[in-house]
Formats: sequence, C-alpha cells, structure tokens
Amino acid sequence: MSLLKYESQLREPLVNGNKTYAQVTEDIVRPIEAKPSKLWYIGFYISVALLMFGVYSVYREVTYGIGQWNLNKTIGWGWDITNFVWWVGIGHAGTLISAILLLFRQGWRTGVNRAAEAMTIFAVMCAGQFPIFHMGRVWMAFFVLPYPNSRGPLWVNFNSPLLWDVFAISTYFTVSLLFWYSGLIPDFATVRDRAFTKLRKRLYGIASFGWTGSTKHWQRHESLSLVLAGLSTPLVLSVHTIVSFDFATSVIPGWHTTIFPPYFVAGAIFSGFAMVQSLMVVVRKVFALEDYITIGHIEAMNKVIVLTGSIVGIAYLTELFMGWYSQNKYEGYTFWYSRAYLFSPYGWSYWGMMACNVLSPQIFWFRKMRRNLFVTFFMSVLVNIGMWFERFVIIVTSLYRDYLPSSWSVYYSPTVWEIGFYMGTFGLFFTCFFLFAKYFPTIAIAEIKYVLKTTGESYKADMTAIEKESASDFAHKVHAH
Amino acid sequence: MAKKKFVVGCFDDENVLFPAVKKVRTAGYKIHDVYTPYPVHGLDKALGLRETSLHTAGFIYGITGTTTAISAISWIFTKDWPLNIGGKPHFALPAWVPIMFELTVLFAAVGMVLTFCYLCQLAPFVKKHHFHARATDDLFVMAIECTDKTNVDDLQAFLSNAGAVETNVQVAETGWWLGRYDKDEMPFENKEVATA
Repeated sequence: MSLLKYESQLREPLVNGNKTYAQVTEDIVRPIEAKPSKLWYIGFYISVALLMFGVYSVYREVTYGIGQWNLNKTIGWGWDITNFVWWVGIGHAGTLISAILLLFRQGWRTGVNRAAEAMTIFAVMCAGQFPIFHMGRVWMAFFVLPYPNSRGPLWVNFNSPLLWDVFAISTYFTVSLLFWYSGLIPDFATVRDRAFTKLRKRLYGIASFGWTGSTKHWQRHESLSLVLAGLSTPLVLSVHTIVSFDFATSVIPGWHTTIFPPYFVAGAIFSGFAMVQSLMVVVRKVFALEDYITIGHIEAMNKVIVLTGSIVGIAYLTELFMGWYSQNKYEGYTFWYSRAYLFSPYGWSYWGMMACNVLSPQIFWFRKMRRNLFVTFFMSVLVNIGMWFERFVIIVTSLYRDYLPSSWSVYYSPTVWEIGFYMGTFGLFFTCFFLFAKYFPTIAIAEIKYVLKTTGESYKADMTAIEKESASDFAHKVHAH
Repeated sequence: MAKKKFVVGCFDDENVLFPAVKKVRTAGYKIHDVYTPYPVHGLDKALGLRETSLHTAGFIYGITGTTTAISAISWIFTKDWPLNIGGKPHFALPAWVPIMFELTVLFAAVGMVLTFCYLCQLAPFVKKHHFHARATDDLFVMAIECTDKTNVDDLQAFLSNAGAVETNVQVAETGWWLGRYDKDEMPFENKEVATA
C-alpha cells in the first residue's frame, strides 16, 4: 500500500462490502450475462411504444408541415425549442461528472460516470431532434453545414448564435461519445474475456477493439482521458453558454440579458444531476449495485443539486430586480406581469418553476433528506419538471406579448403531435438507456478497481494503520518514497 | 510477424508485482509487457517506459482546429462572400470565437482518439494474442521475452519465487510494439522502485 494513496478513514468508503477485483468484475458484469428481468421487458416495450408514437407525430409534422403544431405569429418557438433546451441541459451532467470531477480528483465520480455519460449522449440525441424538425423542411437540414455549394456558394452566417449552436452541439456530442467509448474499451475487454458463448465473445471482441491491458496502452489511455477531460471541461460550459446566446443576443425583453450564460450553465448542471439521480436510484436497485453507487454517492449529487438550484434561484431574483431597476417598461412588463404576476396568462408556469427549482431543493440542506432515496427520487423528478417550466417561461412568456400589442398572441397550448414529439424523445431516451443498462457495463469497472484499495470498505483498516504512525515517521516514509 | 517464445508470470497483488518487476529487471530479463486490469500508476516508470507524447499530439491537433476555423471563416466572410450585416465589419473576430473554440476541441479530441487507436493498434476486428484471460479481470500478467540463452525452467522458478501465482510458457505472435523502453528511466540503478 503506497503512502501516496493514503485517504482519511473519516471519508465514507466508495465501495462497500469486502470486495476483491474479481468480485468487482462479477458484480458489474452479472446483469449483462443474466437474462433480463420481466420488469426490464415491460420498461423496454413501453419505451419503444412511446418512441413509435413520437415517430408517428414527427411523420405528421414532416408530411403536413409545421401547421401540425400550435405555433402562431409571435410564438415561433414553443414546445419544440423548450424541449430542445431541456434535453441539452440534461445532457450536461455526464460530461461534467466525468470531466470536471476528474480534474478535481473527486473519487466518487467512478461509481456514476459511465451511466451519466451514457445519459448525456442519449439526451443530446433527443435534443438534436427538435431544432432539426423545427426547420420544417427537414430534408434540407444539411444547409446548416458550411460547404462549397452550387448556391453561390452561399455560406452559413458565422456571426449567428444559431450556427454557433450547430457547432457546439455537434462537437459536444462527438467529444462526449469519444470520451465515453474510450473508457468503455477496457471494460468491454473484461466482458469479452469472461464470455461463455461464442456470439458474446465475438461481439464484445469487436466492441473492445482488441484491448489487452498492456501497460503502455494504459499509460496512453490515462493521458487520453486526462486531456479529453481538460478539453471537455470548457466545452461543457461553452455548450450551454452558446445555447443561452440563442436568446441573449436577441432584443426580446426577457431574453436580452447578460446573466444568461452562467444562469443557463448552472441550470443545466442542476437538471442533469436530477436526471442522473432519477436513473441511478432505480439502476442501483434493479441491478443490485448498491455497493458501488452508495448512499454517499447519492448524497454528493444532492449537494450539487442544492448548490446549483440556489444559483439558479439567485439568477431568477436578479432578473426580477433588473426588470424593475432598469426602468425599461418592456422589461418590467415581461418580468413583473407576464412572469411574476400569478394571474397573468402564464403566471402559473413561472410559479411552478419557482416552487420546483428554488424552494423545494432547499430540503437538501438536511443531511437526512440528502440520504433518503425516496426523497431523492421525488425531488429529482420535481427538479426536472421545474427546469422544463423554466425553459417554457423563458420562451413563451417573452414571445406571447411583444412590442406591438396588435400582434399579441392568442393563448398557446400544444397540439397532440407536439406533445407526441416530446413523448417520442422520452421513448428514444429510455429505449437507448434500457439497451445500455442491459448490454454495457453500467459502472466503469477499471476505474472502480483503481480506487478499490484506497476507498473500499475493507481496505479502510490500512488507513487506520497509517494514521497510528507518528507524523515524523510518515513524513520520512513519504520522502524516502 | 515472427513468433516468439514468452515466459508468463501471473500476479494477484500489485504490491507483489512491483518488487517482482524490479527483481526481474535487475536479473537482466527483458519484460515484453505487463497486462493489468486497471491503470496501475507507477508501473510504466517501474518498467522503464518513456512518457507518452499523446498530449503533444493533442495540442497540435487543437491548434490545427483553431487555424482551420479562423482561416476558413475569414476567407469566406472577407473574400469569398462578404455579407453586409448592418454595416458591421466583415472581419468580425469576436463573433467567431465560439466556432474557433469548438473546432479546437473537436480536432483535438478526434485526432487524439484516432492517434491513440493507431498507436495501440485498437480497432474493431483486430485480433491479438492474450496471455491470460484474467488479465482484464483480477490478474497482473507479466510476459518475459525469451532469447536463445534463456533457461525457461529457471525463469519460471524465479518468477514463482518472486510471488507469481501461476507461470507458463507461450509461443505467440505479438504484433507491433510501439512502446519504447527508455534507458534513462531505469529505476533500479540509483532510485527506489516506486511502489505505487
């Protein structure tokens, strides 16, 4: 046991139980090798059904046009862009956990990073559908790419935040996918090497790219992970910043605010962690992974939720303050009538947002609540409802009454096909997640093994031995090292 | 590729592995590789492997991305098709920062992953010799390359003595080996083996 790996025994173990390396493999790979449960089939088929409904809704939109939705003359962005921003926000937790927490040396990320990254990738896939189908003539979607063309060449507008978004989201998706897959390669090799059927050995052999575990390869793998983490950290912040630019660079009251980038990023982390919680609370139970995703992990994520939720709360209050302090009548009308006045047409959505995002997460100041699974699950759903309201509030309450009263919209409510599209992305998300949970190692096996001997429950005794040494002995040993 | 003969020793504890690596190397044997289930820190140093330059490649890919973005956009917006956007300058550098940043990250990430796969010869359908199926599970597998002079039985006994739980002899085609042992990194001459 190296002294450099010393970790205080006061810290909660990250891996419970008396585990060996072989048991770690066994516990994590077992769900892949076992037949899926009845519950898995039920969940999977419901997801596929939702997905099919979504495909039909999109089919109607593509065939008959955007008129299938209830967008009107001022509400040009409705449920579609609300859902886009919502999904992109959710897609921020995975890369945050794996990249930023890697740079900050947070050991607890190892238990949840794999599933969180998977969730990120699926969420970004769902998000991408909305702006693409919002274009209406979806078969011309490739016009957003800058390539020499026969129309001039007429280039895309590089000064437009909407184009920055194209670059940001596609880069984010690509980099997240690469980061995720490069971490999966060694774990696929683990599954491959204990496979007992030919087909499984062949498929996981292909997926593992012929990984052997060579020291040189691990050395390069470590370097790769570290640099990808370093790149993803500013990337994850840039993506939601650029999404917020879609609004902030406009001149619409309620959108035209400089607070948007940090406020959107905090909100994204907030909703992303909430989605991770919703999934992890279920996954750890269904696949018996309680020893790896411990209550300590859940608590750590709840702390992030209360922090980011409070940041978002401060942003809301700052916006209200500025709506009054600027003495701009349009700003004042948007913030103090369209949003904060409960009995205005959309006042319910603003107060729904406030209740779900700002008030309810404050419950996590209490340790007992942070460590309660039921409360965690309930809160995580509530937070995601609140974050959906936030995007709805930002988009719809700013658009429905703008500068020209004669253009003020009639009340906007979605058609069944708009809702169906949204439900369809839920179907896509959960179909992917069910397949992931069944066929992929849901926890990063190699990373758990890496932290096992410092933070495993049964190895904590070694730390006690170190703690009993006198300080000078300890210092001497470290220097000799 | 030529077939080679290897003596393989399997260890089940990294605290036994590190002294064993030191012993084997001091005895003058050439370690072909050590296969581990997770990245064992310090093992590359103990084996005398040089530091990887992958991050340098990543930096070069990154600045390639930045350069691509700035040169492409400035050519398009100042030479090829200058758009008049509210009379603002054609060379609108601040507005291009987001795309320059995104392309930097994209080029660096994609380039590094491809380079990583190339250097480690990782790709779907690649077949490699695996010295032990449990090297990805719970064993640390040391493969030592034999020469004409190697006494296989002696070496096996030597490995068992050093703490190997299992030893055997394998003839294998190993593919290319792009890792370079660095003479300067010999850890046992003047410094202690890092028992990480």
